[in-house]
Amino acid sequence: MAKRIDVSGLSAFYGSTRAIDDISMTIEPRSVTAFIGPSGCGKSTFLRTLNRMHEVIPGARVEGKVLLDDENLYGASVDPVAVRRSVGMVFQRPNPFPTMSIYDNVVAGLKLAGVKKKSVLDGVVERSLQGANLWNEVKDRLNKPGAGLSGGQQQRLCIARAIAVEPEVLLMDEPCSALDPISTLAIEDLIGELKAQFTIVIVTHNMQQAARVSDRTAFFNLAGVGQPGKLIELDDTQRIFSNPSVQATEDYISGRFG
Amino acid sequence: MSSTATITDATPPQLGHRLTAARLPRWAPAATAAASIAVGCGIGAAAGLESHVQWGLISALLFLVVSYTLSASVEGRRQARDRFATSLVWVSFVCAVVPLVSLTFYTVQQGIDAISPEFLTHSMKGVVATLSPDGGIYHAIIGTIEQVLLATLIAAPIGLLTAVYLVEYGRGRLASAVTFFVDVMTGVPSVVAGLFILSLWNIALGFEYSGFSGSLALAILMMPVVVRSTEEMLKLVPNELREASYALGVPRWKTILRIVIPTAIGGITTGVMLAVARITGETAPVMMLVFGADFINSDPFNGPQQSLPLYIWQQYSQINNDFGYQRAWGAALVLIAFVMGLNLVARAIARWRSPKGGH
Amino acid sequence: MTSAPPADARGRARRSRGDSRRGDNVFFNLSRGSGVLLLVVMAAIAGFLAYRSLLALGKNEGNFLTTFEWTPDATKPVFGIAVLTFGTLVSAFIAMVIAVPIAVGIALFISHYAPRRIAQPFAYLVDLLAAVPSIVYGLWGVLFLVPHMDGLTSWMDQYLGWTYVFDQSSTGVPPRNLFTVGILLAIMVLPIITAVTREVFRQVPRMHEEAALALGATRWEMIRTAVLPFGRPGIISASMLGLGRALGETIAVATVLSTNSVLSLHLLDPGGGTFAQNIALKFSEAQPLGRDALMASGLVLFVITLLVNGAARMIIARRKEYSGAAA
Repeated sequence: MAKRIDVSGLSAFYGSTRAIDDISMTIEPRSVTAFIGPSGCGKSTFLRTLNRMHEVIPGARVEGKVLLDDENLYGASVDPVAVRRSVGMVFQRPNPFPTMSIYDNVVAGLKLAGVKKKSVLDGVVERSLQGANLWNEVKDRLNKPGAGLSGGQQQRLCIARAIAVEPEVLLMDEPCSALDPISTLAIEDLIGELKAQFTIVIVTHNMQQAARVSDRTAFFNLAGVGQPGKLIELDDTQRIFSNPSVQATEDYISGRFG
Repeated sequence: MSSTATITDATPPQLGHRLTAARLPRWAPAATAAASIAVGCGIGAAAGLESHVQWGLISALLFLVVSYTLSASVEGRRQARDRFATSLVWVSFVCAVVPLVSLTFYTVQQGIDAISPEFLTHSMKGVVATLSPDGGIYHAIIGTIEQVLLATLIAAPIGLLTAVYLVEYGRGRLASAVTFFVDVMTGVPSVVAGLFILSLWNIALGFEYSGFSGSLALAILMMPVVVRSTEEMLKLVPNELREASYALGVPRWKTILRIVIPTAIGGITTGVMLAVARITGETAPVMMLVFGADFINSDPFNGPQQSLPLYIWQQYSQINNDFGYQRAWGAALVLIAFVMGLNLVARAIARWRSPKGGH
Repeated sequence: MTSAPPADARGRARRSRGDSRRGDNVFFNLSRGSGVLLLVVMAAIAGFLAYRSLLALGKNEGNFLTTFEWTPDATKPVFGIAVLTFGTLVSAFIAMVIAVPIAVGIALFISHYAPRRIAQPFAYLVDLLAAVPSIVYGLWGVLFLVPHMDGLTSWMDQYLGWTYVFDQSSTGVPPRNLFTVGILLAIMVLPIITAVTREVFRQVPRMHEEAALALGATRWEMIRTAVLPFGRPGIISASMLGLGRALGETIAVATVLSTNSVLSLHLLDPGGGTFAQNIALKFSEAQPLGRDALMASGLVLFVITLLVNGAARMIIARRKEYSGAAA
């Protein structure tokens, strides 16, 4: 399932403002890649270009190429809807559909794709919720509203919803920033398990988290005030945190700025 | 994890993971629309259908069917449904534009000839309305302004306070009763309000026809509208703001007056404005309670007055010839302009009062 | 979008702590008093109309519910609301069937479909449509819409005549009928339904829309999974406002509908009547008994709108229960 992502020469814009500039990188399959960097450096914007969610914002557009294995996501005949099914996303704040039950939340993506058979859906619900380490907590109340769960449970429900459609890649945009430490730990453990199946990209503000969960880390920074964000370097997490090759990375990690 | 064992149907749901899909070109919807309109008009003209409503309906139907089938054959069912929804939404848009344009255009076209300085500054006193194009609406303008102003003075404060009660204090059975009946009250037809004031003010209390008794009925119509819109706006004020204020030790009523209401004032103004616009055009209660007059009466508390909507109605139904229609359209144009002007001013205020303008 | 509380709030608060309790009390009672006043007004409407109705009904020699005629001032007073009930419900029903889907469509157009440059001015235009007074709609309806409905009416008679309701028994008369009234009412209630619905759609949290899109939903599927469920109570509440207007619309109906009071299932035949229209037309010539009879019909209209709104209200309440923490 998991696929490699190859980004080359990618820039993203909001209207006429360039948010990120000329980013190229390779994201390995079956691994966790963390994006770190100061606020506003464009790491979330970049993440959203990887499943074409960036262009959902009015006036936003993208230049450059993103290859999923060998297929360009921004190719002429590519359907953004299909892209988003292959590249799943988990958001900063847990966002289960408020009007749906836990069960319906998990199968929402499948139902959209036209899967209707109850036995298939039942199987997917159990498998996805187990995959998200949530099954034991909710198995007796699958028909209760998803909004009634705790924040950490809601976020795991969102992960279950994302993996239910069996994407190749899972993007996570600061998935723990709205959660308490215990829920955060649960999600981090989960990420460790999920990488066996998915290519995972996670944006985080928390450098310890990046160090704990990721195999590789990319550091983003602003080229200057009012300038677009840039990729500074991407390397094995261990190297980034012990011996980065760029001075700015070391400054950021050692807390000298940001 | 014992329950896992029961899972037997663990086959993946076989979702396709193809990224590319056949897509219609970007200009396809526009081309479909243009073609549908052309064919629709062609059919209309060929079949000799006299009414353009029919032409439009044929075109719209064609557009919907062609968009769906074209997309379904090229892009598949899901995309076709998406395109069909988009087409429907665009058709709704056209459905709204057509009557609006027609109404505005027709009113201006018919009314512009009637309007002259004389029309605006004279009443109908001494005019033989069925036989002459003379006379004006001065008395009606005066009446409308006075009646609406009085109604607003009664309804706006009560409505605002009620909304504050519901949002800021509203707990328990009284509040839910008020909420319920405000909703019911928005549905009270204007004739019913008129009948009520008639039975209370005029029959039971023995007052005679006057602008003020009309205002009372208009106020009844206005109050629930103000409550509802204000309520919605107050609910939108984030609780964090209130809490921040309480945390600074600001008492509740001051928090409401200084923080909550000012934050929502743009929306509240818009709500009051919509309410005013609604009652300005009300004819039925005015007809029953203000009675109508051909002469100028600027005292809303004594004797019959005129009002613009009532004037239009009387010119249409009582005079009922071209002279009457002409004056009716003239008054209608003035009434619309009046209401729109009100709209513009209120919106300007709303924008000016809320610096960051919401959306 | 939130602005911070004024910086000097702290100082002001300290100064005013003494009178804060009294201020709170006064303000609370004032606002509660307004709420109570609304209840009193509603009770008074029901009470006064009921009282006058009883006076009238005591003298009625016909059956109030089933009689077709309306001659309360005759030497043998007979009046009934059969024609009026039918006309009111049918015209409002036609109006809602046409207006609600279109209004939802327009609201979606403004909130989710239109290019930004069009959406804002168009939203404004729709609001202006709401500001057009009903007498102007009436004038436009009878002098412009009615002549233009000719073609459509004969067409419907030709192709849909088999449905009975769209069968026209007399051709060649201007279509001042319940169907035209329904269309006019639809145009009239469109802006109010649109305005409310649009606001609700705009408040749909972006994160729910993005959740749907990120799952691979098309725009329409996103609207179906995230926007419409969230907006449903709003749509119902908006439709309720619209229905209230359609049921009680007076002067536009009085202008457009031809004045022969007949009860006919042929909706394209001219004539018929509604409660409000009947009151408006008969009021000026009514004697005291006639006036009380009109009050009785007004009471029925009042009760109908009360029931409609009450029912809609309950639907919304149940919906809220289900969506739970969403609010």
